[in-house]
Amino acid sequence: MRAATMTLNQVRYVDKAFWRNPASAFFTFAFPLMFLVIFTALLGNGDIVVAGRQISLSTYYVAGMASFAVITACYNNIAISLTFQRDLGVLKRTHGTPLPAGVYLTARVIHALLVSVLLVAITVAFGAVLYDADVPQGATLLRFLVVLAVGAASFCALGFAVTAVIPNADAAAPIVNATILPLLFLSGIFIPIGDNAPAWLVWIARVFPVKHFADGIAAGFIGTPLNWTDVLVVGAWGAAGLLLAVRYFSWEPRT
Amino acid sequence: MAEGGPGVDGSAAVMVNSMTKSYGSTVAVAGIDLRIEYGQVFALLGPNGAGKTTTVEILEGYRRRDGGEVSVLGLDPGRQGAALKPRIGIVLQSTGVDRYLTVAETVAMYSSYYPHPRPVDEVIELVGLAEKRTSRVVKLSGGQQRRLDVAIALAGDPDLLFLDEPTTGFDPSARREAWQVVKNLASLGKTVLLTTHYMDEAQYLADRVAVIAAGRIVAEGTPAAIAGRDTIRPRLRYRPPAGATPPAELTGPPNTDGWIEVVPEDLTTALHQLTGWAIEHGVALDDLQILRPSLEEVYLQLTGDAAPVEVTS
Repeated sequence: MRAATMTLNQVRYVDKAFWRNPASAFFTFAFPLMFLVIFTALLGNGDIVVAGRQISLSTYYVAGMASFAVITACYNNIAISLTFQRDLGVLKRTHGTPLPAGVYLTARVIHALLVSVLLVAITVAFGAVLYDADVPQGATLLRFLVVLAVGAASFCALGFAVTAVIPNADAAAPIVNATILPLLFLSGIFIPIGDNAPAWLVWIARVFPVKHFADGIAAGFIGTPLNWTDVLVVGAWGAAGLLLAVRYFSWEPRT
Repeated sequence: MAEGGPGVDGSAAVMVNSMTKSYGSTVAVAGIDLRIEYGQVFALLGPNGAGKTTTVEILEGYRRRDGGEVSVLGLDPGRQGAALKPRIGIVLQSTGVDRYLTVAETVAMYSSYYPHPRPVDEVIELVGLAEKRTSRVVKLSGGQQRRLDVAIALAGDPDLLFLDEPTTGFDPSARREAWQVVKNLASLGKTVLLTTHYMDEAQYLADRVAVIAAGRIVAEGTPAAIAGRDTIRPRLRYRPPAGATPPAELTGPPNTDGWIEVVPEDLTTALHQLTGWAIEHGVALDDLQILRPSLEEVYLQLTGDAAPVEVTS
């Protein structure tokens, strides 16, 4: 019980600091919406066939940007901000207090999860109002939230894990982008992957969690049945990330 | 010296026995013994790379020792870290805090990690940041940030405080402020272990000093008496005007600036003799000094870095 209170208490402080940091708050929220507007304006006319159903490209992009928003809020934000805090000595200081490590990190995950839900809600509302995109409802909404929660937690875990290979704060953003940007492209987040895409590219995308997460999120918007394998693959990546993080996460600057 | 009360069965706040630590083939701590009584302000003095931080970080639980026995507040920091952490406060050599929280929020956040915290306002008052309560951390000066570090370390109302080079990089006024904070801590009866490479800091703040060099304790004692400072015979140093001939037993070859330095058998007799001679011959002894080895001299000698220093009494 004390751990739960401590965690919620910690979430409050993480939240305060998050909103007061103009860079993290602004870009986390502005980027997905900006991309949504740009991609829809450039490529958003017409329809696309996804999972055997014809949908408007604007709906496709609302789903894509929702996935993108969650990945940014969890993977990118956690990896970059934790590396900065590690290099500044904030993590070392925290590690010298009685606050359990699990509470500190869980608070980060819960906060990222809350930010993700807010981001997705904004993206969906934005898409519904401006682009007539479909909004998940009823049982679909529930499944959608499960995908969202599993995805957010998994990308947080991967964010923790990747800090182990980031040598210092200067390298944080480049390494995070180098690991995630190619996957975002390969997974059809920015540009739909057509049927005539090269097989090797499709296979690479299938190995990594981004495509499975995006497909799970898209199912909520399109109303196609959710493929639970997608959730499992994302969850497995998250579990692997967590194991690596437990083993290799450092509370002290690496230099 | 403030007394925090002795430990049960005569134990001390910190007891270290033959502690060793190596990083690869580099020996950082080569077997040291330490004993810090409750309520004492203890300074670990040494040059950079002497093993100060490694020693302190083992006691704090950040590093594992290779060998020896360590007891901090009756607990082994290597195995009982969870029980120890609520009872100690740590000011690391360089640490940051979340830059977007205010002073009061930061202290309140760290307080919330402890079972019996000290009231937030009281802690802020104690380190002299009351008028900065609602300032964001990013707006504080270096000295103020260091005081915030101390405030955070005090948040849990610890029995023992570690201050690792609390004033390195400070300007003189910030150092004075930080010293005042440490004096305040001592008056609360806290046990304080501080590391420093400033002699004046150790002299001003500490009840006891240990000098560490190359991973070993080379001297230990009160700042006034360490390494025989109090028993070494004082030197008499004066500069007679040109042409004057002082008593033969009180003279020697003058240095380039015309100073003569002697170590007399009995200081009182020598002074009487010298001033008597000066009056008798109408000689003005404007430059007359009595010198004991400064802590700095003792330190430089002990740490093997015996560069000549300008000596003042």
